[in-house]
Amino acid sequence: MAKKVQKSLPFEEPLIQLRKKIIELKEYTENAEVDLSAEITSLETRLEKLEIDIYEDMKPWDRVQVARHPNRPTTLDYLPHVFDDFIELHGDRLYGDDEAIVGGIASFQGQPVTVIGHQRGKDTKENVRRNFGMPHPEGYRKALRLMKQAEKFRRPIICLIDTKGAYPGKAAEERGQSEAIARNLVEMAGLEVPVISIVIGEGGSGGALALGVGNHILMLENSTFSVISPEGAASILWKDSALAQTAAEAMKITAPDLLEMGIIERMIPEIRGGAHHDPLKQAALLSEAIEKSLGELNPLDAEALIDQRYNKFKAIGVFTE
Amino acid sequence: MTMIRDIFKRNRERNDPTIPSKAAKDVPEGLMFKCPECKHIVLTKEMAKLQKVCPKCDHHCKMTAHERVESLMDKDSFESIDNHLKSGNPLGFPGYTEKIEADSNKTGLNEAVLTGVGKIDGQPLVAAVMDSHFRMGSMGSVVGEKITRAIELATDKGYPFVIFTASGGARMQEGVLSLMQMAKTSVALKRHSNEGLLFISVLTHPTTGGVSASFASVGDINIAEPKALIGFAGRRVIEQTVREKLPEDFQTAEFLLAHGQLDAVVHRHKMQKTLSSLIKLHTKGAVARG
Repeated sequence: MAKKVQKSLPFEEPLIQLRKKIIELKEYTENAEVDLSAEITSLETRLEKLEIDIYEDMKPWDRVQVARHPNRPTTLDYLPHVFDDFIELHGDRLYGDDEAIVGGIASFQGQPVTVIGHQRGKDTKENVRRNFGMPHPEGYRKALRLMKQAEKFRRPIICLIDTKGAYPGKAAEERGQSEAIARNLVEMAGLEVPVISIVIGEGGSGGALALGVGNHILMLENSTFSVISPEGAASILWKDSALAQTAAEAMKITAPDLLEMGIIERMIPEIRGGAHHDPLKQAALLSEAIEKSLGELNPLDAEALIDQRYNKFKAIGVFTE
Repeated sequence: MTMIRDIFKRNRERNDPTIPSKAAKDVPEGLMFKCPECKHIVLTKEMAKLQKVCPKCDHHCKMTAHERVESLMDKDSFESIDNHLKSGNPLGFPGYTEKIEADSNKTGLNEAVLTGVGKIDGQPLVAAVMDSHFRMGSMGSVVGEKITRAIELATDKGYPFVIFTASGGARMQEGVLSLMQMAKTSVALKRHSNEGLLFISVLTHPTTGGVSASFASVGDINIAEPKALIGFAGRRVIEQTVREKLPEDFQTAEFLLAHGQLDAVVHRHKMQKTLSSLIKLHTKGAVARG
């Protein structure tokens, strides 16, 4: 089986070129018996410097690209490396099972937890089945059912957010997309167990927030959380979706932005260049962050948890009295 | 092309003198009201008496927040709160502050929602009335904060909370802060609900996006005005994604009622009576429980 080719992003182009050149030189050294090792070393030093320049100073639009990378680890990619004994639980008990959201019970470092997350597909076939990670109402209702179940059994809830948004479709409207999202917001506010919401990819609007009313909101360094996609914002604000890049900057949707605004508790560092470069290592960083948050939230009782959530969201907003 | 334009231009010039400009000015601005649906013309005064419901086609025309309060609350019972809150410009969008100011001057409101305490048939309540004439009723930090404070006041006083929604959704210019107002209002609603207090959501035209997907849809009782547009995603967006023709009445109040998303569609002329009865029925229950 052919190894999956890492798809590169436009802003990484200089790196790709340089890497190619190094490989060419190395091949040349081997075949032509000309010693070019000095040149190779010099290029490798340059590559390292360039990597730092490019990856340490990622622009919002670069981060959007990384967040949307087809190889970016999804909920199901992280699950086996962060949790043990995951058992998937299906269905909302009302209409169906929406595969754009997966959920179930697992153990996190020995503690039983409920895990719920948006799920994109890895290929076209799976994407059709999972509706590109854009849930219908039954997805949100399944999530709520599992949260209520977690509350009954006093398990913390960990939500992984990764969606372009709730699905804008006819059936979704007929079955109450608005109500499903709204209900989750209100019910999550009252959950008597710790809730940790982690944005691992795209956090698209209400469809993301429906898993986002947590005691802690964490974001991977290259994830985004926004009221609308940069393309949508550009087309509404300037009637031109080509200005998405500008909108990505103006809308302040990256993890560092949300950290600065005080909306999220912490940012989870990413592997240089993005989580897809090393999903296993990224999973370890994710575990570390969950451990830290759980450590802070586990000691709180039901009332304290609800109050903490209340005060957290109550404080969000910019205005003058 | 230019020829066509010239023809019209000539016509206009020729016609101009035949319309006595003085006569046009004889009808003071705002004296007449034209129904946006059937173009029927009514005296504005008459229309106000009809609570802006067209006498010919029964179209429920948009009301301002103040008109809404007047049509529902006992005379002089309403006292507004939090009129001093002012939006910031957190993302530094050029022209945003000016737009807010302009709409503020136009509507006499500090933001797209009017909140306060009032009475319906002598029964106290806290009300929030959104106004689509202010930035299309969109929800930014101040709208979220005013609604949250109104809910908190209702919780403190043990009053029912009634909201009239009219909104295009979250306000783009405040980015993710707008989105978070959905969560903020929700945590406040949960507290209100835990106290066993009544929350009635009245969805008016239009209620879409983030407002539809938060407080508007989670009343103990959800009612809507006839023909109001209510939905999560915009019709055009849906048509583009599903590539199929949507039914004529898609996302109307009647469509939602048929799909089990509403408790009732209530005519504006019966709104005051309906709300009064609903509050009364819940108050009695509360009294009987002690």
